[in-house]
Amino acid sequence: MAGQELEVQKKKELASQQEKTTPARFYVPLTDIFETGDALKIVMEVPGVPKDGVDVKIENDVLSMEARIETTNYNGLEPVYTEYPVGHFARSFTLPEQVDQHNITALLEDGVLTLTLNKRPETKPRRIAIQSP
Amino acid sequence: MTEEEIVIYSDSFDTLMQLQHALDSFRSGSWLNTSTSGGGAFPPLNVFSKNDDLVIVAEAPGLKKEELEIQVKGRTIQIAGTKSIAYGDRVSLHRRERTIGRFSRSLDLPVEIDADKVRAEYRDGMLAIFLHRAEHDKPRSIKIA
Repeated sequence: MAGQELEVQKKKELASQQEKTTPARFYVPLTDIFETGDALKIVMEVPGVPKDGVDVKIENDVLSMEARIETTNYNGLEPVYTEYPVGHFARSFTLPEQVDQHNITALLEDGVLTLTLNKRPETKPRRIAIQSP
Repeated sequence: MTEEEIVIYSDSFDTLMQLQHALDSFRSGSWLNTSTSGGGAFPPLNVFSKNDDLVIVAEAPGLKKEELEIQVKGRTIQIAGTKSIAYGDRVSLHRRERTIGRFSRSLDLPVEIDADKVRAEYRDGMLAIFLHRAEHDKPRSIKIA
């Protein structure tokens, strides 16, 4: 894996703007989802988003993430060449039953947002001891 | 509705809208000679000008500063590094969209830059390289006697 050449993935525009009231375009962040023994982790790439630009909310078992990029950096800059579009990010996920909706943490580091969705204790894997007859 | 009829009330939205429009109109620009590694290489770049200076902006989330290498030689800039992800042990992957690997791309600028004044910043997963146009390469205005 280490020798592989990194490729650029085209940014995908958010298809449904249901809850977006702003005229600017949103993009879907590239996302990894994986599961550990105690938690489900959602890792999203949101380059250009500062800490206070992230908004995560849960409603009716749906987790919605919105991440707004800092645009003031672009003031006074004229584009002369471009390879990628710029915009805010948004994505929603339906939460599985085993997630404790009151025990979710978020960490933003170098443009990567990691949501840790802890599982409800009763859904964590348990080791069953085999009884001797 | 035509462009003129749209009223935008908020400044911050306005900035992004203008930026998106401006970038759209440059989508197939040929200003930069990227033939050395081809356009479409990682990281994707946008180049902006500010007066005589240039700013190269790249989306490169999840890198470590130490893993980024930037070299300037004449009109050529090289950006190289490695992106890796540590998932940890004993995990099961449900979805995998992020990619990892080595990258290296170089670009030839159409202007001469002052190699001593090149400055780079990596913040919030964005790389910005600030370039100053070489003094002797700047356009001069000629006064008419």
